[in-house]
Amino acid sequence: MSFSWARPYEPKSPFMRWLDERLPLPRLVYGAVGGGYPVPRNLNYWWNYGVLAGVFLTIQIVTGIVLAMHYYASADGAFNSVEHIMRNVNAGWLLRYAHANGASFFFIVTYIHIFRGLFYGSYKAPRELVWMLGLVIYLLMMATAFMGYVLPWGQMSYWGAQVITGFFSAFPLVGEPVRIWLLGGYAPDQAALTRFFSLHYLLPFIIAAVVVLHIWALHIPGSGNPTGVDVKDEKDTLPFHPFYTAKDGWFAAGFLALFALVLYFAPNALGHPDNYIPANPLATPAHIVPEWYFWPFYVILRAFTVDFILPAKLWGVLAMFASILLLFFLPWLDKSPVRSGHYRPVFKRFFWILLLDIFVLGLCGMKPAVQPWVAIGQLATAYYFLHFLVILPLIAAFETPLPLPDSISSSVLHGEKKEAAPLGAAPAAAE
Amino acid sequence: MATLEQSAEGSEIAHADGGEGVRRRDFINVAALSFAGVGVVAASLPLITQMNPSADVLALASTEVDISKIAPGQAIKTIWRKQPVFVRNLTPQEIAAANKVPLGDLRDPQTLAERTKPGKPNWLITLGVCTHLGCVPLGTGEGENRGEYGGYFCPCHGSHYDTAARIRKGPAPLNLQVPEYQFLSDTVVQIG
Repeated sequence: MSFSWARPYEPKSPFMRWLDERLPLPRLVYGAVGGGYPVPRNLNYWWNYGVLAGVFLTIQIVTGIVLAMHYYASADGAFNSVEHIMRNVNAGWLLRYAHANGASFFFIVTYIHIFRGLFYGSYKAPRELVWMLGLVIYLLMMATAFMGYVLPWGQMSYWGAQVITGFFSAFPLVGEPVRIWLLGGYAPDQAALTRFFSLHYLLPFIIAAVVVLHIWALHIPGSGNPTGVDVKDEKDTLPFHPFYTAKDGWFAAGFLALFALVLYFAPNALGHPDNYIPANPLATPAHIVPEWYFWPFYVILRAFTVDFILPAKLWGVLAMFASILLLFFLPWLDKSPVRSGHYRPVFKRFFWILLLDIFVLGLCGMKPAVQPWVAIGQLATAYYFLHFLVILPLIAAFETPLPLPDSISSSVLHGEKKEAAPLGAAPAAAE
Repeated sequence: MATLEQSAEGSEIAHADGGEGVRRRDFINVAALSFAGVGVVAASLPLITQMNPSADVLALASTEVDISKIAPGQAIKTIWRKQPVFVRNLTPQEIAAANKVPLGDLRDPQTLAERTKPGKPNWLITLGVCTHLGCVPLGTGEGENRGEYGGYFCPCHGSHYDTAARIRKGPAPLNLQVPEYQFLSDTVVQIG
């Protein structure tokens, strides 16, 4: 679609021609993920995770729809209905474990996809909106995952709902009425459970819709690539099908094998045992901890322990929201015109430090709020904001990037024999 | 095209009226959109307010508690609006300890007298909801950790409350909330 040499769709049979003249859906698919979408030929395996995220979104929607046929969102019966799924429903255990671990894997591949974007500058012009739509997907994923975790109505479900909705009460004046409005009561109960179920069913379809916008916005400039250099001519690209369908296909199969490994041999490794205790509004678990994919944010939430103008609790909530919202401004915080981290020696180092910092945040989020984890978490939180608000703009201003290759093909072809002519690169073989 | 022609006509009319800033068509546009806007707002109100607590939830908004069995030094946990409520019979020592604290030392300054009913300084009735993130603090049951100040201790993030359930240490910003309540008799309290 995006380049002049993109192949136009040619219906092969009279029926397809008839259809194309009335509803050009095959044309749309051909242009989006078929032979009509030229992709830079030098993509590495970090470019596989977007498709994988789509695979896991599909798994979540499919397993979720069938789980909803057996689950009932009742404060008295939700926990038992999950046990009923596990013990009585045919293959229910598989579906529930696939859904619970599928959420974790969806986050794993999405985090890799996001860090790919951070390293290769995928957020930079002309792909700012691709990045921002991706962040919208991420926020929707977090909301969906949180509400889904409440549905089994175990101890962590209940107290997670209590703590997360408690964020809103940090805001002065409107906070408490908003919290009560969100819950439909003064504490999580039937009203909250039913509305969370309703929204948990709705949001994945909104995510799917935003994914369509994300891909649409991506296909205007076309995919980025590891050099960050723009596509110049047809030699730089390959048609998505069959080249990237094949590469994405085998990699997805491999990743699903990893998923199966966890699903069959360690289905509870990523969950918390306390959620197998039914919700009890009168007893708090000794150590409330969210699912692993929220750990870094949980630390940022708890990082403020001293009141400073505003109450510490409000600072924590503001910082947690800010830690994600600031990513929307990333295209303007990092003004370096060089996209790829490979050609940015200083940026590259700080990228790895940021990654380490986020791992430290995650580790502190897993631990109870005692020293030294509180102090380490505070330092890591401070560094997170320092990286995006100070270090990144400074690097962009002072760094001398390495020389960029003239084109994608010249970066690929070093003259070595094995790299000189990748199989199938000739247009004739592309079909 | 039709729109352009019409707006061109509209500007002629406005010109004929004496060059007022608002053209007839602008007025019709604004009026029509405002009317539709008011309609949208009106239609969204029931969609928003359906999420507020329903009548059966509000019907639980008051509860009566028999406090005759609570000896000095003991506390019970009861439920009001699906939230835990602590009812504690303070000992004279605990009352004295609470009154001894200078208000300047407190994060959320309140005296014990402000947190109890006149003539009933030993009955401390608070929500059992930590003001940090809503956990249930320990300290009602026999042998539970009461924290460094002898009141309540929240195990989630380590908030310590004193014998008047005031926040003394830890991340919580406020004292445990005192709900509205009244003594129906010497032994029965109505909360809410």
